[in-house]
Amino acid sequence: MDSIHAHYPYWVVLTLLVIGLWGMLLKGNLMKKVVGMTIFQSAIILFFILSAYKVGGTVPIYDEALGVGDPSLYINPLPHTLMLTAIVVGVAIVGEALALLIVIYRTYGTLEEPVLVERMK
Amino acid sequence: MNPPHLVILIPLIFFAGALLIPLLERWRHGCAYGVAVASAAVGALVTVAGLVEVSSGGTLRYQVSGWAPPIGIELVLDPLSAFLSVMLASVALLVLVHSGSVVRRELPGKAMPLYSTALLLVGALLGITITGDLFNLYVFLEISSLASYALLALGDRKAPVSAFRYLILGTVGASFYLLGLGFVFMTTGSLNMADLKLILSNLESSPPLLVGLVLITTGVGLKMALFPMHGWLPDAYTYASSTATALIAPIGTKIAAYVLIRIFFFVLDPGFASGEIPLTTAIGYLGAAGILWGSILAIAQTDLKRMLAYSSVGQIGYIALGIGLASPMGFIGAILHMVNHAVMKGCLFLVSANFLSRLGHADIRRFNDSTRVHMPWTAAGFTMAALSMIGLPPFAGFFSKWYLILGSVEESNWVFVAVILISSLLSAVYFFRLIERIYLRSPGRDSKYPDEAGGAAAPDGGREEVSASMLAPTLILASALLVLGLLNVWIVNRLIQPMIPAGL
Repeated sequence: MDSIHAHYPYWVVLTLLVIGLWGMLLKGNLMKKVVGMTIFQSAIILFFILSAYKVGGTVPIYDEALGVGDPSLYINPLPHTLMLTAIVVGVAIVGEALALLIVIYRTYGTLEEPVLVERMK
Repeated sequence: MNPPHLVILIPLIFFAGALLIPLLERWRHGCAYGVAVASAAVGALVTVAGLVEVSSGGTLRYQVSGWAPPIGIELVLDPLSAFLSVMLASVALLVLVHSGSVVRRELPGKAMPLYSTALLLVGALLGITITGDLFNLYVFLEISSLASYALLALGDRKAPVSAFRYLILGTVGASFYLLGLGFVFMTTGSLNMADLKLILSNLESSPPLLVGLVLITTGVGLKMALFPMHGWLPDAYTYASSTATALIAPIGTKIAAYVLIRIFFFVLDPGFASGEIPLTTAIGYLGAAGILWGSILAIAQTDLKRMLAYSSVGQIGYIALGIGLASPMGFIGAILHMVNHAVMKGCLFLVSANFLSRLGHADIRRFNDSTRVHMPWTAAGFTMAALSMIGLPPFAGFFSKWYLILGSVEESNWVFVAVILISSLLSAVYFFRLIERIYLRSPGRDSKYPDEAGGAAAPDGGREEVSASMLAPTLILASALLVLGLLNVWIVNRLIQPMIPAGL
């Protein structure tokens, strides 16, 4: 119980990861796979953001009142910038996945995997 | 020119080509092929210059935007990455030269997107080899993946579906890598490879670090099509266009194997990954299982392209096996096999493209000795690459297997020795049945497809060889196998020995 209470944001991230993975790998509808993929990627982004968090830290923008002497006054900016890149990558992947889904739907008229496998034969 | 600038030029040339193609295509229709070949040629020359520079003057480092590492991103051209980038760029160049009439035949009207994404793919793969930063590596990995999903989706009716499946699994792989990177970053606070090496050598192994490494290994293993995670590969390779397969099969999965080598032997202390959780050993055994699985399934295939795809699953296993040995011999074997397999598989996929464009099929059951009469040079190229795949000296394939066996004997790992020997027999089975058909089986003996033999033949029974632009790359790759085999002592001593990390 204690470990859940002390690290509950991480448990939320873990739950999201599992939901996303479940959607990607076990759902039969291709569109739902893409939804699962988005949840999965968001969970990872949240994970990085969590790692940057400091209790009592502020936005990592230079503040004259705080100075630069004490790093514990600012939260760590690096994970945020990394995740900006990861978000861009994620958007590109979702875009490409949707483009493929459009092609698949035009060719086969379905996004349900069992039906699709049947029609591909 | 200032040598360090060479490093960033390598991927930039390909990215510039990828951006130029759509623009120039608007101005003059049909110039995509020329631009792609030209930029690949320039890129290949720059990688060769890089290799010369590195082997004479030592490692080149380039700081992107002038930010000093570990804060800035660093690009590093060391002996390993210089060697692999030459291999990558030259195989890509030959495949692109070959692609002209294949693209006209298989993907009419889609030359512009194909060449643009092909250059993007090669540029990103080169970026992976030269980056010195683990997050930058993730970005390049995703660029290359995005490009390869698009390339593999350009094909027949089934191609978008298999590309979508690859996209889902590939994204799982890349996300696992990113998640693992998060754990490593939280433990060490750095993403620069050289900096990480310093930090990790003073750090006790801790659960978050190990979890991170396991996640990274799983993610990269998915991209590499390591044994139980290879499910996406055969369909994706079979349904895509010949050019896309010939480009992705030789170099795509190798780069993922390179990432594992870079992380296990260069970022971590070489002993680390075989310590508390024996990651390298696990990879070695998965590779061994993949060798057998891929070879057995390759025997069961009737389509040449699909057979080669399964054999790719097996061949990536050899590289994994070399990583698993975690010894200098295993390292040499893995690196040598990366290069050899890239050349062999490139050659074989070009041969299958030649068959497809002349005979209209690549069905193994329908080959007979009329194939040899019509396409003698393609058949010769196929035979050379096949003999090299089986591992007959003096072809290149023999020597990488030789180093892997030596390494296994050195470590007294008899399972690996047995696997390598058995799999050589298995690949002899699946290649010799084709060689036998091409050289020895007369058309009449096949009662199942009687008209096919005469139907495809030219009226005068003469040659139907493919055009020079398709034949030359095939034969260059085939003869490169002989050259690589004969020069292997020089390559190992001059190029591979200097890259073996200290402490392996």
